[in-house]
Amino acid sequence: MFPLTEGNKHVAQLLFSTGTCPRCIFRFCGVDFHAPYKLSYEELFNELQKFLKTEKGELILEVPNPPPKKIRLHELEDGIDGTDNQSQNGEGRVSIIEGGSIAFKSSSPNVCNVCLGILQEFCEKEFIKKVCQKVEASGFEFTNLVFSVSFPPQLSVREHAAWLLVKQEMGKQSLSLGRNDIVQLKEAYKWITHPLFSEELGVPIDGKSLFEVSVVFAHPETVEDCHFLRAICPDCFKPAKNKQSVFTRMAVMKALNKINEEDFRKQFPCPPNSPKAVCSVLEMECAHGAVFVAGRYNKYSRNLPQTPWIIDGERKLESSVEELISDHLLTVFKAESFNFSSSGREDVDVRTLGNGRPFAIELVNPHRVHFTSQEIKELQQKINSSSNKIQVRDLQLVTREAIGHMKEGEEEKTKTYSALIWTNKAIRKEDIEFLNDMKDLKIDQKTPLRVLHRRPLAVRNRIIHSMETCYVDEHHFRLQLKTQAGTYIKEFVHGDFGRTKPNIGSLMNVTADILELDVESVDVDWPPALDD
Amino acid sequence: MRTPQAARRKDRLLRANMEEALGSPRAEGAAPEVAMATEPVAVESAAPSLVDRYFTRWYKADVKGKPCEDHCILQHSNRICVITLAESHPVLQSGKTIKSISYQISTNCSRLQNKVSGKFKRGAQFLTELAPLCKIYCSDGEEYTISSCVRGRLMEVNENILHKPSILQEKPATEGYIAVVLPKFEESKSITEGLLTQKQYEEVVVKRSNATTATS
Repeated sequence: MFPLTEGNKHVAQLLFSTGTCPRCIFRFCGVDFHAPYKLSYEELFNELQKFLKTEKGELILEVPNPPPKKIRLHELEDGIDGTDNQSQNGEGRVSIIEGGSIAFKSSSPNVCNVCLGILQEFCEKEFIKKVCQKVEASGFEFTNLVFSVSFPPQLSVREHAAWLLVKQEMGKQSLSLGRNDIVQLKEAYKWITHPLFSEELGVPIDGKSLFEVSVVFAHPETVEDCHFLRAICPDCFKPAKNKQSVFTRMAVMKALNKINEEDFRKQFPCPPNSPKAVCSVLEMECAHGAVFVAGRYNKYSRNLPQTPWIIDGERKLESSVEELISDHLLTVFKAESFNFSSSGREDVDVRTLGNGRPFAIELVNPHRVHFTSQEIKELQQKINSSSNKIQVRDLQLVTREAIGHMKEGEEEKTKTYSALIWTNKAIRKEDIEFLNDMKDLKIDQKTPLRVLHRRPLAVRNRIIHSMETCYVDEHHFRLQLKTQAGTYIKEFVHGDFGRTKPNIGSLMNVTADILELDVESVDVDWPPALDD
Repeated sequence: MRTPQAARRKDRLLRANMEEALGSPRAEGAAPEVAMATEPVAVESAAPSLVDRYFTRWYKADVKGKPCEDHCILQHSNRICVITLAESHPVLQSGKTIKSISYQISTNCSRLQNKVSGKFKRGAQFLTELAPLCKIYCSDGEEYTISSCVRGRLMEVNENILHKPSILQEKPATEGYIAVVLPKFEESKSITEGLLTQKQYEEVVVKRSNATTATS
């Protein structure tokens, strides 16, 4: 059923005669249910023409300055390569131009002076199919999607102009038209396109989906339509560093809200003029939001950095903890890149034993995201069998929020260590026993010299909760310690030129040094343990 | 307990190779400092000392023309320098007692007032090679000025030796250090150009003792 009534006739006539497309006319007449918009353009055009016939059967169809069909086709064909399939009923047809962007050639109806073709060809099945083809070709795995579309800012200017025009016309009938009485372009666009996407791709549209299909439209021909706004509201268009153009949608909207009708009308034609060509597609991309994989790692090598060790482009030590784990994940998830983080870290020459250290890896733009727990287990086995320097456990998918738990551990939780200590003076078993009895020993650590070049100079108060000694020989003993997070163990042993006080050396009145250090446990109960 | 020289030298070479990697402290991920033996050490030999492992020893002899007032600069692989007295310095000779140490080097400047903030150590007093760090007053009336010997920002001076000057004499190479200086990143290699290596310093000391024996 045609949605317009007698009451809409004047407005519809006015808009139609000035070059506005049927769907935009519906919008300005407040048609706020979906069904009419979904009909085909051809059908809508014909119905509208019928609706606008006078009693005498004449078409009130004044199209000021329409370029004759012949010339227009000529103009459109200039500079456009590509196959030309003239469809039989003269509907818009698609051709691919250089660079892969899509242009529509429209032969019978004019390009709408308000939506610039968005609610003409660009919301119809043929275009959506093209987008879906690209989505399918991109190789992403998805069960729903969110569709985001971006229109050129000058559309807001044209919309504003059309609104002023219609408001004036309705004023003649003593009717008012607020901005909110008009259906938004984007809204109508989504009403039409969402079901088409769902049908074509077989998945629902979900605003919360991690998989995003985005289309960006541009209209180079009318780019300067917005520029007059800068003269009138200069403070809306302050240049910012990362913006290419000052004329963003937000800025244009802001200026339109400020400008008064008179000033606007002086600078911009009401109704807007008809453009020569429709919009072009600037960008058609799809991307998947990041997924997170967590686990715990053990490090058995004393020669492995946590992150790649590269100085001036030269790799100093082969591989790294993060690469040994992440490389496999990158492949399986078909992700673009990763971000590795962990609950604290250890030096190159320190092993991580016990339950291991919690870590989380953010996989950026993964193409594959659905894995059964069995598949994750197999992935874990694969990582473990490919290296004896590290081992991974409790590998699992987690949410972004869960990362907070891990970082919590870094600041708050305790860690236990095992150190092999050397003393210059000969010691007996009795000499180290007193260390076992020390509980919650407070120490002050100045920023160790070995990290002072990149950390601020400060004094850190830390607590050694407990210690347990194991005599080895006259010059060696093992020390188990449980400490507060953020304690520099090596410096607690050798004293760092007396800048960590007290230290093992000062407590025992010897010169002490640390030969080996192992992390025995990181006391964070995240990620949840899985029974393997 | 004496350490076999060979074992110590071998470990030092291994360490030096790895430490060379720490040339650029601003590189991404250049965090790990290699410090320890990579294999379990035999009970008989101790690992190289803390100073051996992390630092290169540089020397300046007869600082400011004063005979035997030798300084030893410990340069960490991350470019930080610890200023210490060389073994041959008069203050460290037997029989000398330190009365007091002062960081007030002029009426307007006390090294104790040095304050650095942030990762980039803003606010630090800038030192040239000849900048005085502290004055040491001995019981025999002698007064010695210790100089920086390297250009850079002063990080800290050792307050422990203020309270207990004997530490300076007991452990001049570690707990008895004088100051910590951070040279400019661009100058980290060039600062050692005017300094002597361990070997060169040892030669200087030998020459001195030959000269004194010759004259005696």
